[in-house]
Amino acid sequence: MFKILHAEFIAPGIKRFVIDAPRIARKQRPGQFVILRIYEEGERIPITIEKSEPAHGTISIVVQSVGKTTHLLNALETGDSIRDVVGPLGNPSEIKKFGSVVVIGGGVGTAMAYPTAAALKTAGNRVISIIGARTRELVILETEMRGVSDEVQVTTDDGSYAEKGFVTDKLRALIQAGKQIDLVLAIGPIPMMRAVAEVTGKVNIRTIVSLNPIMIDGTGMCGGCRVLVDGKSEFACVDGPEFDASRINFDVLVQRNAMYRAAEQKSLEEFQRERDALLAKVHVEQACALQGGGR
Amino acid sequence: MSPAAKSLNPVPIKERMKLPRQTMLEQPALLRARNFKEVNLGYSEDLARAEAQRCLECAKPVCIKDCPVGVKVKEFVQLIVAGDYLAAAAKIREDNVLPAITGRVCPQEDHCEGGCLMGKKVQPVGIGYLERFVADYEQKHMDHSAIRRVPPTGKKVAIVGSGPSCLTAAGDLVQKGHQVRVFEALHELGGVLVYGIPEFRLPKQIIREQIDYMRQMGVEFETNVVVGKTITIDELMQEEGYDAVFIGTGAGAPQFMGIPGEHLNGVYSANEFLTRINLMHAYEFPKFDEPMLDFRGQNVAVIGGGNTALDAIRSAQRLGAGKAYVLYRRSEAEMPARKEEVKHAKEEGIEFHMLTAPVEFLSDGKGWLTGVRSMRMQLGDPDASGRRRPVPIEGSEFEIPLSVAVIAIGTSANPLIQSTTPGLATNKRNYIEANPETQRTSRKGVFAGGDIVTGSATVILAMGAGRRAAKSIHEYLTTGTWHQSTHL
Repeated sequence: MFKILHAEFIAPGIKRFVIDAPRIARKQRPGQFVILRIYEEGERIPITIEKSEPAHGTISIVVQSVGKTTHLLNALETGDSIRDVVGPLGNPSEIKKFGSVVVIGGGVGTAMAYPTAAALKTAGNRVISIIGARTRELVILETEMRGVSDEVQVTTDDGSYAEKGFVTDKLRALIQAGKQIDLVLAIGPIPMMRAVAEVTGKVNIRTIVSLNPIMIDGTGMCGGCRVLVDGKSEFACVDGPEFDASRINFDVLVQRNAMYRAAEQKSLEEFQRERDALLAKVHVEQACALQGGGR
Repeated sequence: MSPAAKSLNPVPIKERMKLPRQTMLEQPALLRARNFKEVNLGYSEDLARAEAQRCLECAKPVCIKDCPVGVKVKEFVQLIVAGDYLAAAAKIREDNVLPAITGRVCPQEDHCEGGCLMGKKVQPVGIGYLERFVADYEQKHMDHSAIRRVPPTGKKVAIVGSGPSCLTAAGDLVQKGHQVRVFEALHELGGVLVYGIPEFRLPKQIIREQIDYMRQMGVEFETNVVVGKTITIDELMQEEGYDAVFIGTGAGAPQFMGIPGEHLNGVYSANEFLTRINLMHAYEFPKFDEPMLDFRGQNVAVIGGGNTALDAIRSAQRLGAGKAYVLYRRSEAEMPARKEEVKHAKEEGIEFHMLTAPVEFLSDGKGWLTGVRSMRMQLGDPDASGRRRPVPIEGSEFEIPLSVAVIAIGTSANPLIQSTTPGLATNKRNYIEANPETQRTSRKGVFAGGDIVTGSATVILAMGAGRRAAKSIHEYLTTGTWHQSTHL
């Protein structure tokens, strides 16, 4: 059991959790993720680590409600526990002095881009951050990103905050203005990462994306998270999660992520129908574990 | 003294040689092909004693010699004849800490039963069935509070992984008084026994009972630790004070065939397919959250001829597959699977296509699998494995419509530990190098065994390695000497 020391919504449907996980906190590097399982009947899902505090033995993650598991997770509060958290998994982001780096965070992807942006800044890069969100309320970590960037640009799809448009509009503008860009890091929804890759591919700017396909073990054992890289299978869990965007077959990525859509829909409907009963089950499990009844 | 002189066996030797092997009770094939309950139902006491009475009590028992962990087969079988089942179980436990597991999944025909003299006359003694019987009897009848703990030596051993080699090493070492802690990457203990072998062949409850037994012996377990990521071997030894480490992380990474269409939705590695079903309980969706593709009434094929392949296809059958095929590029004689599994699979209606090798997975154009194109093979000259090499027959291509294909052609070394442990020698296929007698690696205090050393093998061979490792770890911990020969 991994105790949730603090949980709070930072935007509608987006919650930050600070979790007691000393072993993971000690080893985590930007770009790595954990796999968690909430309760005995739960599935295992990968979530990027936002940051860790080794001195306090804590890690934080930022979770957006999408399917049953993330909805259930976001229904947990400070003081609750998560049954299993394992990590840090995957390779850390490559951190060195590239020169001028553009870091793009789309939606909840901003929380995943943040630790790498911070590390890139510390490594002496000039960091230009572009944050995109559907609407005003979903713009997250703007203050934190400003703290680690030389320049921050924000877009909203509906224009309710900052500039109306997409992150790619800003990226294109930077390129057209002749700004020196040595590396682009894009983390967000697949269509966004794909659009960024199309823009930078035309002008040969090296672009890194962080992939989050369906995973089970996260240690290279099952091969479920395989992505087609230059026509060959690689595993996002151990070969990634970050890849050079120009080598990724995005069609296959989209297709494989849709593999269980019917089951996912069924699970989500079940959650919406039986939210309270499910939460009660999770709480009973936690109480049993506290009394030493866990396995 | 001739063994017969002190034998309690009422049946004269000559009569024994005429006795047929007692049949294992099992779920009827058509019923079990639709459920995940255990196929074999076990021997009753009467059946067990009748079977035990068939043992010829050889002066030089081949069964013991052929057992990778040296179970004293003759002695435990004699104790069954005598009706002292708990003593029989204790006798097995002297050499094998997981009898309920090996009694179920060991390829006995390759070991204890393979050389049984009765096999030359009628059929070998059902040693596996007898082992299973006494292990299950012990679980039901023994006084668990009587499990004794050995006085501590003050030495700490870290065991990396919780599969068969690790559990064996942990069990042997804790009985020597060492403090033993097992680190498991997944959320559930048991390694391949849990994620790989299905409920119908090895119920999870059996594994839990064996692990609880080890807990009572004093073994500590920690899940959710990926050694190589969460902590390294060096950190275990330098920062957490472990005097020795045993690495038994298994074979790990699934192999794909490198043919077109392997990324299609519906194509699985056997590791993923079985992990979803066994570890994640996808067959109980939506009670459990992990989903599986719904292939009820549709065709499923597994590619491969080992136990993993049969576990996968028999699981698919139980999930409601319309047709369930095994595609294997050699002939049935070369199939590495246990004979009993092949027999069970056939009874359950699995169709075997021998001498068949897939060349391409077919797509609907939208990313979903619709079938497989294969070639017929013929057997040529023997290859490196000593088996006759399959050679494609020109122009023999044919297609089978499929919704799901499971690739079960073996595994390769998972590099997580090798790449994070400086100075740990590996072979050219990146498996860890270990001395075959002592299981010592190139790093002082670090031992390894099981599939991460040998590549994919069986539960009992991994247990044999765990046993040898425990012996030499104990020797190292008590003498402090590390004899490093030139080739490990």
